Amino acid sequence: MSAEPLLSLKNIKVTFGGVRALKGVSFEVNAGEVHCLAGENGCGKSTLIKVITGVYKPEEGAEIVFDGKPVSAMTPTLAQSLGIQVIWQDLALFGEMSVAENIGFQLAVTGTYGMVDKHAIDEAAEKALARLGVRLDIHKPLKELPIAQRQIVAIARALVGEARLVFMDEPTASLTQSEADYLIEIVRNLSASGVAVVFVSHRLAEVLEISHRITILRDGSLVGVYPVEGMTQSRVTELMTGRNFDSAVIASDHDEAPVVLSVRNLTRHGEFRNVSFDLRRGETLGITGLLGAGRTELALTLFGMHRPHEGEILLEGQKVDFASNRDAIRAGVAYLSEDRLSLGLNQPQSIADNLVMASLDRILSHGLISPAKKRDVVSHWISALGVKIGTPDDPIRTLSGGNQQRVAIAKWLAISPKILILDAPTVGVDVGARAGIFEIVRKLAAEGLSIIIISDEPPEVYFNADRVIHMVEGRLEAVYDPRHTSLSELESAVYA
Amino acid sequence: MKTFIQTFNARFGADMAGPVVAFIAVMVIFGLAADNFLSMATFGSVAFQLPELGLLTLAMLLPLLTGGINLSITFAANLSGLAAAWVLQSHGGVDASAGVFALACVAALVTGGAAGALTGVAIAYTRAHPILVTLSMMIFLRGLGEFLTRGGDVSGFPDYVAPIGHGSLFGLPIPLLIFIVCVAVWHVLLTRSKLGFGLLMIGSNMEAADYSGLNTRKIVVLVYTLSGIMCAIAGIIMLARFNSVRVGHGESYLLITVLAAFLGGINPFGGFGRVLPVFVALIVLQLLSSGLNLMGANQHLATALWGVLMIVVMAARTIVSKFRIFTGKKV
Repeated sequence: MSAEPLLSLKNIKVTFGGVRALKGVSFEVNAGEVHCLAGENGCGKSTLIKVITGVYKPEEGAEIVFDGKPVSAMTPTLAQSLGIQVIWQDLALFGEMSVAENIGFQLAVTGTYGMVDKHAIDEAAEKALARLGVRLDIHKPLKELPIAQRQIVAIARALVGEARLVFMDEPTASLTQSEADYLIEIVRNLSASGVAVVFVSHRLAEVLEISHRITILRDGSLVGVYPVEGMTQSRVTELMTGRNFDSAVIASDHDEAPVVLSVRNLTRHGEFRNVSFDLRRGETLGITGLLGAGRTELALTLFGMHRPHEGEILLEGQKVDFASNRDAIRAGVAYLSEDRLSLGLNQPQSIADNLVMASLDRILSHGLISPAKKRDVVSHWISALGVKIGTPDDPIRTLSGGNQQRVAIAKWLAISPKILILDAPTVGVDVGARAGIFEIVRKLAAEGLSIIIISDEPPEVYFNADRVIHMVEGRLEAVYDPRHTSLSELESAVYA
Repeated sequence: MKTFIQTFNARFGADMAGPVVAFIAVMVIFGLAADNFLSMATFGSVAFQLPELGLLTLAMLLPLLTGGINLSITFAANLSGLAAAWVLQSHGGVDASAGVFALACVAALVTGGAAGALTGVAIAYTRAHPILVTLSMMIFLRGLGEFLTRGGDVSGFPDYVAPIGHGSLFGLPIPLLIFIVCVAVWHVLLTRSKLGFGLLMIGSNMEAADYSGLNTRKIVVLVYTLSGIMCAIAGIIMLARFNSVRVGHGESYLLITVLAAFLGGINPFGGFGRVLPVFVALIVLQLLSSGLNLMGANQHLATALWGVLMIVVMAARTIVSKFRIFTGKKV
C-alpha cells in the first residue's frame, strides 16, 4: 500500500431539489485495498459513487485528488481514462454476445476504421480472465453462463479498461454461498495485483471477511472509517442505522383467535402437493425453504393467480374458488410480490398511482376518480408507514428499496385486507430498513391482520413469525414453533 | 424566468411546454411573414380541417398510451362511414328522414366499435403485438371496403347532413364543436376514470398492473373499442364533409396522427401522456399547413415541414432532458 491514497475526496456536498443527499462527506481508498462502503439505502452511497465517476457534480468547496493529482472537474470520460470503473448490480452486459465480445466491448467500438478486430478482442478477454485466475469459454454466449460467471465477465471487462479502482455494487446479492466465496477469492486476486476495490454490499458477513477498511455513511453524512479488525456485524449495523437491534423471538399463541384461512390438501401438479395449514386472526405464519420448494407457487395460488388442481381453500370457513387475483383481492387476500422491480410495483409510474392501484374503487366519487380522495389516501399511508418521499408525483423508482417496499405494503393495506402475503419482503432492502418493515408487520398483526411471510432466509421468519412452515420440494415438511426450536435447528433443517 | 417555468409546469404540466412553444413560434413566424395570416379566414380553415385529423388522433391516442398502436383507424372510419351510407341509402337516400340518419350514426358507431373490439380481443387474448394485429385489421377493412364499394364512391345523402361537415353553430364550425366535445370526453376519461388510470398503468408495465388486480384484458379490449368508436365519429364527419364515402379517404392521416400524438408529448413506449397537449399540437400542425398555404407554398411542402417540425421538437426535448440530468432530482 502506498502512503498516499489512490483516491481521496473531501467535503463532498450534493443537493437534489432541496434534499441534501451528501452533507460534506470525505472518502479515501488506497491502491490495492479492498474497501467497503456501507450504509442504509438512501444514505448517499450511490450518489457518492456517481460523484466519483463524474455523473453528478459536487457543490463548491469539494476536493477530489486522484493519484496525487487534484481533479478540478470529474466527468465520466475522465473517470474512465483514470481507470475508475463501476460494476453496477445489473451488470449491463449483452446476453446475445459472446464472453469475449462482452469483455472486449470497448475495443469493439473503438477499432481502427470502425472495424471490429475479433482477434484483438479475444486476446484482451483471455488476458483479463487470466489476470483474475479464471478459465471460461470465451466464445460461449453470455446468456448461457450462470449469474456468478457473468459477474466475473463484468469484472474482466473493467480490467480491459486498465482499471485502477473498481466499484462493485451488491456483487453477491444474487449469488449462492459457494458462488459468493468464489467471487471473494477473485476480488482478493484483484486487490493483490494492485487494483483498489470498493465493495457495496448488504451482506455484512462477507464485507467483514474481505475488506481492509469500512467507510460508513448515514443520512448523507460520514459516520466514520474503521479498520475491519475487531468489527462485528451488529456493531456495523448499529453504526449504519444509529440504532441497536436485538433479535428476539416474538412468537405467541393465537389458539383462541378465529381461523381466517384454511388450506386443505392443496395441490398443483409439479409445484406443490397436499399442503394443509390454518392461519388465525392476528397470526403471522412464516414459510421458508430452498428455491424450488414451491413457496411462491403456493402464494400465487392463494392469491388466485393460479387455480389449484386438488384440495381447497377456505376463507373464514367459506370455500373459495378464485377465478383471478381480482376475486382474491375482493375477498381480502393481498400478495406482495417477490419481484418488486417488474411485478410488485409499476416502476416508471408515480408513488401516488402505485399506492392507489389496487384500491381504485375506494377513491371514486360519482364513478370518477376523486383527486381529493386520492390525495388523502396517499398522504394517509405515506405518513402511517413513514415512507420518505419528495412528492407523491415522483416516479416510484426514485425511492430506495426500503421505501418502495413500504409503498408496496401500503398499496395492499389500502384494500383493507384480511390476509397479507409478503413474498421475500426484504429483497434489496438493507438492514435498518428491514427492521423497519418488520416493525410495520408486527404492528399490523397486533391490529388483527393475518400475515404470511415467505423467505429463504430462516432467521427472517424465525424472528418475525408465530409459527414457521418448512417446505421441501413442494411438500410441507414440518411446522416449527420458534419458542421451542432454536434458530440453528431450523437452519440445519432447511439447509440439510 | 425559472419561476415562470415552474409555475407553467405546475399549472399546465411539463408536457404542455413543447406544443405551446411551437404554437407561439408558428403564430409569430407566419404573423410576420404573411400579413393576412392573423385573420378569420386562417382560423376558419383551421377550424374546419382540424376535426378530421383531430378525431383520428384521439382514436390513435388511447392505443399509443397502452404501449400499442392502431393502424386500422382510417379504414375503420371509412367502413363506419359506409355502414352509415348503407343505412341512409336503403331508407330513401336523399329523402331519408332525420330518424334514419340517427340510425345511420348508430350503425357507424356499432361498426367502428365492433372493429375495435375485435382488434382488442385479438390483442388481449393472443398477446400478439398490436402492430401485427392492427395491420391485419387495416388490410382486412380496406379489402372489405373496396369489395363492397367496388373501389368507387358512395354518395347521395339528405341535404341536412352537409352542415355536420360544413355548418356553424353559435359562430363555431359544427365539426369543431364535435371535436372539442370528444377532446373533453377523452380528457376526463384519461385523468379521472378507472379505465384511463388502468390504461396508463398497463402502458408502462402490464404485468405489474395485472398483479395489482387491474383487469388488463378488459382494459385492452375497451381501449381498442373506444378507438374504433372514435374512428366512427371521424367517419361520420368525413361523410358529411365530402358528401360521399370512399375507401381510402383520409388514408394519409394515419401516420400524421402518430406524429401529432408524439408532438403532444405522448411517451412512445406508453404509460404517459395527456390529451390537452395533443390538442395544441394538432392546432400547430394545422396552422403550419394553413400558413404555408396562404404564402402560396405547395401543399406537399407543408407535409415535409411537419416532418421537420417533429425532428426539431425531438431534438429540443433531448437537449432539455440532458440539461435536466444536471439540475433534476433523484433520491
